[in-house]
Amino acid sequence: MNDRKVMFLKDKSRHIRRLIVDEIGKLGVGHIGGCLSPVEALVVLYYRQMKIDPANPRMEGRDRFIMSKGHAGPALYAVLADKGYFDICELDTLNKPETSLPSHCDMLKTRGIDMTAGSLGQGISCAVGMAKASKIKKDNAFIYCMVGDGESQEGEVWEAAMCASQFKLNNLIAFTDYNRFQIDGSVQETMGIAPLDKKWEAFGWNVINVADGHDIAEIDEAVEKGKKSADKPTMIILNTIKGKGVSFVEAAGVKNHNMPVTEEQRLQALKELE
Amino acid sequence: MYENMEMRQVLAEILGGMMEKDERIVVIDADLARANGTIALRDKYPERAFDVGIAEQNMAAVAAGMAAYGLIPFIGSFTPFATRRICDQIAISIVYAKRNVKIIGTDPGISAELNGGTHMSMEDIGVIRSIPGIVIFEPVDAVQLAKALPVIAEYDGPVYIRMFRKAFPVIFKDDYKFELFKADLISEGKDVTLFASGIMVNEALKAAELLKASGISAEIINIHTIKPIDREAVVKSAKKTGAAVTCENHNIIGGLKSAVAEVLVDECPVPVKAVGVQDHFGEVAKMDYLKKKYHMTAEDIVKAAKEAIAMKK
Repeated sequence: MNDRKVMFLKDKSRHIRRLIVDEIGKLGVGHIGGCLSPVEALVVLYYRQMKIDPANPRMEGRDRFIMSKGHAGPALYAVLADKGYFDICELDTLNKPETSLPSHCDMLKTRGIDMTAGSLGQGISCAVGMAKASKIKKDNAFIYCMVGDGESQEGEVWEAAMCASQFKLNNLIAFTDYNRFQIDGSVQETMGIAPLDKKWEAFGWNVINVADGHDIAEIDEAVEKGKKSADKPTMIILNTIKGKGVSFVEAAGVKNHNMPVTEEQRLQALKELE
Repeated sequence: MYENMEMRQVLAEILGGMMEKDERIVVIDADLARANGTIALRDKYPERAFDVGIAEQNMAAVAAGMAAYGLIPFIGSFTPFATRRICDQIAISIVYAKRNVKIIGTDPGISAELNGGTHMSMEDIGVIRSIPGIVIFEPVDAVQLAKALPVIAEYDGPVYIRMFRKAFPVIFKDDYKFELFKADLISEGKDVTLFASGIMVNEALKAAELLKASGISAEIINIHTIKPIDREAVVKSAKKTGAAVTCENHNIIGGLKSAVAEVLVDECPVPVKAVGVQDHFGEVAKMDYLKKKYHMTAEDIVKAAKEAIAMKK
């Protein structure tokens, strides 16, 4: 990827963060930490890698994305709005009565959402189902999925992991948003998942560790490698910072999973992201 | 034509025919394809009939993902593992997301026989029935199953099929016409209605004969689709007979008795007596033994019918 493209995607990531802070800030509370950590990966997928058409969100043979950590819905909504799946003003309706943007992803409510998610562990299984379906239909699509690090404590994630390698789903590229915090504390203290890379390797996956999960070029390179996998699904481990890019959210640390955002904080964050 | 076939053979045969005509149909098992007969599909359809191993949660959500891709997955296991074990995956990935997945649970209730209490689902209808928007179907025999499967595949939405899997007396004739949301009037009567599902229809038929000998005319209605229940048929019959007995191979809490009573208290309050599992777990034994022990025989239905009739005002 050339420098100009990297610069474009970096700017785009900053813009998406502004939209996230704005939508959650206007509501006053939300899953802001885990929405800010996977932004670069979403930007690489939606602005560079995925075969999609915002004018035709149900296009046959399109690539798909499943936000298995469904509470990061607002991050995905910011991307979808910016891509033109729906009017950007809808972001102001987040979690308000009758909204098409509920806190957790809902394929029946939101244009551009490929799968409903919210009960952790299920989205990665759904992604396995889609990757298998794509093989049956022979439509050459790639299926992308974002799994949370805390979510990886769910047993179903490892059922799905076994299944994807057994079926040789090389069209499945998953990410772990390894931001190291969950609601009750650090992931390692709550219920350790390390060594995560070795676990996925042992389950038969092609594992790529991205040391800086906010580095556009590194993420893009990992996806490119994943796409070339001969017969294994790919897990890209993104070492991220929960709340990345907004100082008061980063500073809240473990408390930033679902936190209030004051009007003053919203404005301050928007200024930081200018 | 199905007299001498096990219901699982019929299941595999009909699914095979459907897979041939419709490329969207997929059959997924969790290490019970041999027990459920669906292993027979693997040779002909290696891509569309496959196993996910003993991982039912994954099976359910994999199916939801495939349904989101436009396929029509049938997933199967024994009844408890096809329902209570994966209740959340059914509720969220399948039903909440309105995915077109068909769930097959075999060996319901006491029919799990020598697998015993751990494998006897007495609660599956209750668990699944409280999830908004899912259809629950329980076939009586191989004919009804064979007629129902293509209709269920055609219906665009999640369906739970709760089925006996071995050989069972055939009740319906080959020209039987199946309607998914319409209960079947099996025989007309005027003193009491026996609302029955699954293997208990056979007991209800025997009970009706016994009642006839005592001068009581029993109407038999087969509620094959327990959700959404055919309210019209339930109310119409209750209005006519003024008393009801529900006959089910399930806990009397949450199953057919609850479904029928919910309709009747709303629209036509008549005495309702329940024959079924009286709120306890199962145990190892053959069905005939358990039917007697749990008071689920034709004689128990007769007794309940007489009690219901005596309660009429």
